[in-house]
Amino acid sequence: MGELEQLRQEAELLKKQIEEARKGVADTTLAELTSGIEVVGRVQMKTRRTLRGHLAKIYALHWSTDSRLMVSASQDGKLIVWDTYTTNKVNAIPLRSSWVMTCAYAPSGNFVACGGLDNMCSIYNLKTRDGNVKVSRELTAHSGYLSCCRFLNDNEIITSSGDTTCAVWDIETGTQKTVFMGHTGDCMSLAVSPDLNLFISGACDWSAKLWDLRDGNCRQTFIGHESDINAICFFPSGNAICTGSDDATCKLYDLRSDQELTSYSQESIICGITSISMSRSGRMILAGYDDFNCNIWDTLKAERIGECSSEPGHSDLIMEPLSILLFQVWTDCSLPPLLLSGVLAGHDNRVSCIGVNEDGMAAATGSWDSFLKIWN
Amino acid sequence: MSSNSNLTTMRRLVEQLKLEASVERIKVSKAAAELQQYCLQNAYKDALLVGVPAGSNPFREPRSCALL
Repeated sequence: MGELEQLRQEAELLKKQIEEARKGVADTTLAELTSGIEVVGRVQMKTRRTLRGHLAKIYALHWSTDSRLMVSASQDGKLIVWDTYTTNKVNAIPLRSSWVMTCAYAPSGNFVACGGLDNMCSIYNLKTRDGNVKVSRELTAHSGYLSCCRFLNDNEIITSSGDTTCAVWDIETGTQKTVFMGHTGDCMSLAVSPDLNLFISGACDWSAKLWDLRDGNCRQTFIGHESDINAICFFPSGNAICTGSDDATCKLYDLRSDQELTSYSQESIICGITSISMSRSGRMILAGYDDFNCNIWDTLKAERIGECSSEPGHSDLIMEPLSILLFQVWTDCSLPPLLLSGVLAGHDNRVSCIGVNEDGMAAATGSWDSFLKIWN
Repeated sequence: MSSNSNLTTMRRLVEQLKLEASVERIKVSKAAAELQQYCLQNAYKDALLVGVPAGSNPFREPRSCALL
């Protein structure tokens, strides 16, 4: 038997071994374990802020660790840093490439990064001496698009790419310190563990991988999805991960028992998940779908408990371009919509990306119609 | 040569699978119980879950309506 055939058989054997080991610790199911608690009551979130300024679809957003500032990226070729409390634009950064797919805010607040079809990760210094935001580094080495990036600190950033690899970069030298290889499909998304020692990636090979930043190894691989994984996030304790896939399901995988605990799906939901975030306690999963809906799931009971859409009776009134007037009625004002000669539009928030801030106070959604909304 | 690279790839895959097979796994009952406990213990600070009084909601101050 040739060595190749031997290796193939050994690989199959090992995969079966892993499957058996997982079954071996599966002494119960999440459903059984949570049978004693009630489903979370119906969640009704309201739009608290609408951030206007981008001229095209929002592709990505990322909160600053201060839970107040936020960066968004749009195919209008701009990054905008917002003060979500006041809706003021702190920075509007023109990009060299408008084909942006991801953006990130450094934990210190000193930098933002973005990248996309230019295959690069561009780092921008927000705190220059003269006050002008400048490109401080362009990280080039990936041979495919940049799907996601996340800062570890002001000098290290992790990237995921369509070239199937992830990498940690030394920003100062512009070089890759570690390259994480193993996925056999485009890497679509990444998330860093709360303790900053690990990160997870979701890819078009239908798997999610847990990587150790200290030794560069892939520790665990999570399978079960039946299509590309587009979105991934950590459960706040760092002991579980949540994925969103083109197979129209989200899944919860536990890291320490090395397996899928449950799947979040409904027969009526047939389109892929494009973005995912969890509430501060981990009890809720907020997922953005390809049909631009955003569904909220009870993590423990695996039931749908709400969606991000405007409440009936409260609305954002937008008068379309034909009219010069543009104004907004906040939920606290009581101007009956009928008195205004406007078109009632924007009932549905068509979500393209989503994120919950660090203090858990709000969820932000980026929309196909170029607006961002802040909810709680 | 492509057959060499296939061999290298397979060798790497087998090594990786050996690593993943050797992971220590805890029982699902313990893992899931701790996830549930985390959710319940931290529910009170989950503003999206339990809501937050208008006074301490930084997004709640009423804004004036601008009528042009």
